[in-house]
Amino acid sequence: MIMRKSRDDRTFDIVNAVLLTVVMLVILYPLFFVLIASVSDPLEVLSGNVLLMPKGLNGNGYRMVFRDPDILVGYRNTIFYTVAGTLLNLALTVLAAYPLSRKDFVGRKLFTVVLTITLFFSGGLIPTYLMMTNTLHITDTVWSMLLPGAVSVWNIIIVRTYIQTTIPAELQEAATVDGCTNMQLLCRIILPLSKPVLAVMALFYGVGHWNEFFNALVYLNSKGLYPLQLILRSILIQNQMSDNMLSDLDSLANRQVLAESIKYALIVVSSAPVIIIYPFLQKYFVKGLMVGAIKG
Amino acid sequence: MKGNFSAGEVRQNAIIYRRWRKRHNILKNWQLYLMFFPVLLYFIVFCYGPMYGIQIAFKQFSATKGIWGSPWVGTEQFTRFFNSSVCGETIWNTLSISLYTLAVCFPLPILLALLLNEVRNIHFKKAVQTITYAPHFISTVVLCGMVILFLSPTGGILNQARNAVGQPTINYMYDGKYFKTIYVLSGAWQETGFASIIYLSALAGIDPQQHEAAVIDGATRLQRIWYINLPGILPTICIMLIMQCGSLMNVGFEKVFLLTNDLNRSAAEVISTYVYKVGLQQRQYSFSTAVGLFNSVINFIILIIVNSLVKRLNQSSLF
Repeated sequence: MIMRKSRDDRTFDIVNAVLLTVVMLVILYPLFFVLIASVSDPLEVLSGNVLLMPKGLNGNGYRMVFRDPDILVGYRNTIFYTVAGTLLNLALTVLAAYPLSRKDFVGRKLFTVVLTITLFFSGGLIPTYLMMTNTLHITDTVWSMLLPGAVSVWNIIIVRTYIQTTIPAELQEAATVDGCTNMQLLCRIILPLSKPVLAVMALFYGVGHWNEFFNALVYLNSKGLYPLQLILRSILIQNQMSDNMLSDLDSLANRQVLAESIKYALIVVSSAPVIIIYPFLQKYFVKGLMVGAIKG
Repeated sequence: MKGNFSAGEVRQNAIIYRRWRKRHNILKNWQLYLMFFPVLLYFIVFCYGPMYGIQIAFKQFSATKGIWGSPWVGTEQFTRFFNSSVCGETIWNTLSISLYTLAVCFPLPILLALLLNEVRNIHFKKAVQTITYAPHFISTVVLCGMVILFLSPTGGILNQARNAVGQPTINYMYDGKYFKTIYVLSGAWQETGFASIIYLSALAGIDPQQHEAAVIDGATRLQRIWYINLPGILPTICIMLIMQCGSLMNVGFEKVFLLTNDLNRSAAEVISTYVYKVGLQQRQYSFSTAVGLFNSVINFIILIIVNSLVKRLNQSSLF
């Protein structure tokens, strides 16, 4: 139905557009500032001359970032944890969601309750830590980064609901009549049809791994296993920069000035992959959240 | 033989059939159980397993004796917590940060969704969405790093702006009274966009005929939002509110931990960071577990209370 725009309509639209533009700018500006500060002369940044445009273009911050072995090791570790972790997550999530989506899966309700209880109750920090250390002996290993949080109940529910609402039972029945086993059903029919929700899950799990900080803080001691976030913490929060990063600068003042540049560059380098990827998957996760949360 | 079966016989046959059907389904679907098994194993080991260790909250745990060998001390760890000087401060910080966050960060995504929903231009709408979702994907460490950089007394842009208008520099990170506001406002910046997704989806499900009828009746845009859109997403709002209230005593660890320093600790220490401090840094395992258990129980009680309150007022509920 075509609605004629009354004057009230038009004023509302204008005010709305203004408000939303303000919101956009407020959200955008800190990110934009970090970007331009990372390529500007640190002295200009410190004296407040950098507001909308970079001043005194220089790539020293980035050069320092890529020269630091700790950062490079952290980057490599994070990429490994993200790829391996996300594959594990996806596999486990689908392996749990598909049986739960089948009406003829005896025990479905019981299993769902068992899983949902873990959303509300957990052992707590210390009991989990004790179990990881004393019983499983996986502290300070790669497994301590990959195994805790290997599946999320929310994501299982989202995928299960997606399968239930998108893949018709008749299709599965027809395949069974043709002699398809359950495994084949999963691999040949369910998985190809679930690509959108799997893409969303890959994004959510992947971002979770990329930004993972707590598990590393608690379970890792060897610097060689540290993910990027832990290195970020020591540089951004605790102000500890490795000596070889600033070794070729003599005066303390010079070091402090360059430290700011390094921090801005580091923020850009560590956040860029995620920020660049998510817009491509935006329409998928909007839909995925809707299906999962409202109908699940 | 066409049946003259009695009602009792029919019911018995149905029960026998159902039992047979169950067994048939279990045997037929053995592969499904195989698929589900690894995940079940994961939850048993990593979620239910540690629950066994909760008992050390009632013991005096010693590493050499292990969980089994450590002596029982009843509620001694709990009384120790309640009598300690930091107990009141920690609980107050946790509660006030939660309530402050609820008051500020709960309505904002709803408002954003309501406004975005009214935009006709698809490109503008998509641009706003893409930009407002960005902060959600930034890690907590990076967010805190940005906060510290921006609030820095030497060269941070906030203080530079203050100086430009003649105001003196404030060292925000080292003054306890700013901590909670910093926490809440940075949280709003980070999560408002992403949190609005669920409300936008709910708004998409509102019957457009209601709007058409309202327009015919001469309603303004604001009236339509107030009388149609808001009530339309009320169930979603309620469920989200229940979930937020359920984690009232559950202020997350990472952001508080990263923004805390020695000077603002009294305003910043919350239960989760306290549990970490006494547990992993000071190695008082039993004490830390007791505090954590107290926290979980309180959370659960609050969740039940809020859920039943909302159930009384509405139809929506979590359970």
